[in-house]
Amino acid sequence: MMFEANLSYRAVFVLVVKRDLTIALRHRDDIFNPLLFFIIVVTLFPLGVGPESTTLTRIAPGIIWVAALLSTLLSLDRLFKSDHMDGSLEQMLLSPQPVFILVLAKVFAHWLITGLPLILVAPLLAVLLHMNELSYGALILTLLIGTPVLSLLGAVGVALTVGIKKGGVLLSLLVLPLFIPVLIFATSAIDTAAMNLPYSGQLAIIASLLFGSLTLAPFAIGAALKVSTN
Amino acid sequence: MWKWLHPYANPEVSYHFSVKLTPWLTAIAAILIPVGIVWALAFVPADYQQGDSFRIFYLHVPAAMLSMGIYVGIAIAAFSSLVWQLKLADASAAALAPIGAIFTVIALFTGAAWGKPMWGTWWIWDARLTSELILLFLYLGVIALHNAFDDKNLAGKAAGILSIVGVINIPIIHYSVEWWNTLHQGATVSKLDKPSMSVEMLWPFLICFLGFSFFVAALGCKRFCTEVLARNSMRPWVRALATAQEKK
Repeated sequence: MMFEANLSYRAVFVLVVKRDLTIALRHRDDIFNPLLFFIIVVTLFPLGVGPESTTLTRIAPGIIWVAALLSTLLSLDRLFKSDHMDGSLEQMLLSPQPVFILVLAKVFAHWLITGLPLILVAPLLAVLLHMNELSYGALILTLLIGTPVLSLLGAVGVALTVGIKKGGVLLSLLVLPLFIPVLIFATSAIDTAAMNLPYSGQLAIIASLLFGSLTLAPFAIGAALKVSTN
Repeated sequence: MWKWLHPYANPEVSYHFSVKLTPWLTAIAAILIPVGIVWALAFVPADYQQGDSFRIFYLHVPAAMLSMGIYVGIAIAAFSSLVWQLKLADASAAALAPIGAIFTVIALFTGAAWGKPMWGTWWIWDARLTSELILLFLYLGVIALHNAFDDKNLAGKAAGILSIVGVINIPIIHYSVEWWNTLHQGATVSKLDKPSMSVEMLWPFLICFLGFSFFVAALGCKRFCTEVLARNSMRPWVRALATAQEKK
C-alpha cells in the first residue's frame, strides 16, 4: 500500500481499520475463540450455582458482564502482538501520521472484531440465564457503550506488555482493576431496568467513562507503545 | 528558581544526599513511633462505645492514609519522570511501590482485626474496604510490571505510565464502589460515624501518623539508595564506593 505523506486523518483512520479487519477476517479463530470462551464461561455458571431460575435471574447481569470482561481480556492479547512481531507496529509509530489516530483506529477495529459479536450473542445467553425481560434493552445498551471502554483501557495494558514474553497473565493483573467501574455501573443499570426504573443515570456515567477514555487512553497507549518498541 | 535542584539530577549527588538523610529520618521515626504507640495503647482513655479495641485505630488509620499517599507520590514521581525525563524519579517510584503495597496490606489486616470485634465479621464489602483492596491490586500490578522488564529504565517508564493511569482511575473506582455499595447492600452494618475526636485522642494519632510517615521516608531513602546503586553499578563512583567499602 502506498503511504502518502499528506493523507487526511480520516483516510488514515479508515486505512488502518480496513487493514486490521482484513487481517482478522483471514484469521477467523481470533474472532470466534473469544466468543466461544464467552459462551462457555456463561454456561459454566448455571452448572456451578444450580439451575433454579430465581437465582439465575438475580445473578445473570453479573455473569454476562464478568464473562464479557474476561473474553475481552483474552482477545486483547492479539491487538498489538502480531504487528509487534513483524515490525509493522514500529513502522506505524515512525510514520508521519499522529499516533493518536493510528491507535484509535486499531482499538476501534479490535472492538468491531471482538466487542460487536459479544453484543450480538448476549441476548441469547440472557435467555438461557432467565434474565428479567425488562432488562434486555439495558443489557444491550450497556454492552454497546461499555465494551469500547474495556477495549480502550485494555489497550493501555496490552501496549505496556507487548514487548514482554510472558505478558498474558501480567495483563490481567494490570487491566482488571481498571475495569471495575464499568462492571459496577453496567450491572447496576441492568438491575435497575429489571425493577422497571429509569437507568439513564448509569448509562450517562458509562458514556462519560467512554468519552473520557476515548480522549485520554490513546495518549497513554501511544506512550506505552513507544516504551515497548523502544 | 529551581536551579538549586539541578545538581540532584546527578545520581551520585542525590545518592550521597539520601545516605546523609537516612539516619536522621530513622532517628525521628524511632522516637515518634514508640512515643505515639505507647501513648495510644496505654494512656489514651478507652472509647465509651468500643472500649479498648478502638486502639488499633492508631495503627490502622496511619497505614491506610499512607497507603494512598504513597500511591499519589509514585504517580507524581512517574509524571515528573515522563515530563522532565528524570531517571532518578523512576528509581524513587520503584523504591516506594513495595512499601506502599505493604502498608496497604497492613491497613487491610488491621481493618479485618478491628472489624471482627466491632462488626462481628472479618470482612464486609464496604466501600472503603473494597477500594483499599483494589488499591492493593493496583500496587501489585505496578510492582509486577517493574519486575517483568530486564531493562530497569524501560521498566520505570512502563510502570510510570501504569501508575499515572491508575491514579486517574482511583477516584473513579472509589466513587463507583461507594455507589455500588449503597445500591447493593440491603442490611447495612451500622458503620461507626466518624466521631469528632477529643483532643487527648487526637494528639497520639498525629504523633503516630508523623512517626509512620518518617518511617516510610527512611525506608524509601534506604531503598532509593540501593536502587541508584543497582542502576549505576557500572559507573566509576559506584566502583570507588565498593572498593572503599572493601578496604574497611
